[in-house]
Amino acid sequence: MAEQTQASAKTAGVSQETLDLIKRQGTLGYQIKKSKSSYFMLAPYFILFFFFTVLPVVMSVAFSFTYYNMLEMPEFVGWKNYIKLFLEDDIFMISLKNTLILALVTGPVSYFLCLLFAWIINEFKGWLRAFLTLIFYAPSICGNAYVVWNLILSGDRYGYLNGILLRLGIMDEAVIWMKTEKYVLPMLIVVQLWLSLGTGFLSFIAGLQTVDKSLYEAAALDGVKNRWQELWHVTLPAMKPQLMFGAVMQITQSFAIADVSIQLAGNPSVNYSGATVVTHLLDYGTVRFEMGYASAIATVLFLLMVGSNKLVQRLLRRVGE
Amino acid sequence: MKNKKKRFFKPKEKRLNRSMAGNTLLFVLMFICGLAMILPLVMVINNCLKPLDELYQFPPRIFVRNPTFENFSDLFTLMSDSWVPFSRYVLNTVIITGGGMVGHVVVASLAAYPLAKHRFPGKNILFSMVVLSMMFSWTVTQTPQYMIISWLHINNTYLALILPAFSFGMGLYLMKQFMEQLPDSLMESARLDGASEWKIFWNIVMPNVKPAWLTLAIFQFQQMWGNTGSTFLRDEELKPLQYALQQVSAGGMARAGAAAAVTFIIAAVPITFFLICQKNVLETMTSSGMKD
Repeated sequence: MAEQTQASAKTAGVSQETLDLIKRQGTLGYQIKKSKSSYFMLAPYFILFFFFTVLPVVMSVAFSFTYYNMLEMPEFVGWKNYIKLFLEDDIFMISLKNTLILALVTGPVSYFLCLLFAWIINEFKGWLRAFLTLIFYAPSICGNAYVVWNLILSGDRYGYLNGILLRLGIMDEAVIWMKTEKYVLPMLIVVQLWLSLGTGFLSFIAGLQTVDKSLYEAAALDGVKNRWQELWHVTLPAMKPQLMFGAVMQITQSFAIADVSIQLAGNPSVNYSGATVVTHLLDYGTVRFEMGYASAIATVLFLLMVGSNKLVQRLLRRVGE
Repeated sequence: MKNKKKRFFKPKEKRLNRSMAGNTLLFVLMFICGLAMILPLVMVINNCLKPLDELYQFPPRIFVRNPTFENFSDLFTLMSDSWVPFSRYVLNTVIITGGGMVGHVVVASLAAYPLAKHRFPGKNILFSMVVLSMMFSWTVTQTPQYMIISWLHINNTYLALILPAFSFGMGLYLMKQFMEQLPDSLMESARLDGASEWKIFWNIVMPNVKPAWLTLAIFQFQQMWGNTGSTFLRDEELKPLQYALQQVSAGGMARAGAAAAVTFIIAAVPITFFLICQKNVLETMTSSGMKD
């Protein structure tokens, strides 16, 4: 290869010195030296990132191969935690199933809701717009927003949902919503969707602001007839980076559903109907102090998220085509 | 287009591709969904104005009947005779929340710029590491993080809360995505004028991604404001307002009024910050020339 270029260079009349220079520029050392300013800019973040994120994650993965109760030194047990997780732990299987259902439903639906509402809000202006954004973001910013749902889903006939259904004559007696197995998961889905206009939503709002306005004019000339066509052909392709970001945030959120379930259904919930991978993890990590086992759960969840992220990113590449 | 609602929309006389039917439909949809979303906000505000008997009324009512500011005066009395002066808690919060927020926005943006716009060896690995790190459960990494903070001897200092906050993954990812959208020509012309990368970052890149860093500031403010610091801070004099407020309100029945006031304050501060930032997010980009 190198001989070939040398040969062709000779015929082209390029001197040996230039050739050496080109060769040197190709080497890793030169590339690194040339990018010195880039590395300086990266350094503060990545040094801290290494200490406070990379190292803890690596240590957690290492703990997953040990028995570790946070008092004694961790004791190496090989694959034992993982074997127990998949072969002996029935509750993990239930929680894995629940998590997959929750993630598959709330993930895509809430992603589209975030996009839809951000896009509608983008039509407004000034303080009204800031205020509308606040209304939709409110469940994420009011610390204990779940409390509202405790009132709505309360099991006696004073709970709002029971009250309305009884008055309409749809039911004869009050239902204890969060203690009835078949209702737990659907209710969690509703509450989670209500709660999910968070990070992704705000980043879409900001993203819509950065779309070049002249693109719209150009599109109108090219025959884009209405706002829906405009959305698909102009807006979405222009904000692909935000769509990618939103998707990752959505994955980390919907696979990690736990607080909602614990607040509304309790931990453990009736017959584990509201158990998710993270409630299971919290059970081992913060109640039983079996950090080794909890780390194994976290590692499995991590792999699950990485896999779905690969899938989603592949889908997103098709937007606007 | 002769409807009253029109004035809520952008005043530019003719917006392209917008039909009145579509506007109405979207407005109605927003209104219905908005009612459901605003519920927690309505409850927090009503609760803090309720006298004690209304707070414990059964069946519970959302709206207050006899509004009173008693809860706030109760809270004020409780806070004024705490062992550490109230102003000290406020100072701690300003340092922790302010430091964690400003530091993160600056450090993450600084690292996001080369990841978005430069070419150098190791770029993809570094970036994937950040994205993947967000997928590892926080609950589990807390234990090793505690060990590391102890090894570094920054336990029981502000740094134990601020330094890890600098390196959260989300901020870098968000900033990188927005910077990627900037046309290369913007930086190229500055480079030809002899501007250093540092200068390009501050004077060209950052002003152009203002919506992004304002949004990031909201996220980070919320995150830091919600931190009670009880894991890493031992000394009472170092603890933030959030901690003090939660301690005061954790008194069961007798403190229920104060607790309602605390809930309001805990929500009101980030909401104020949110509104100020959002107003700016939405105003900036219309004027800046982001053309390729």
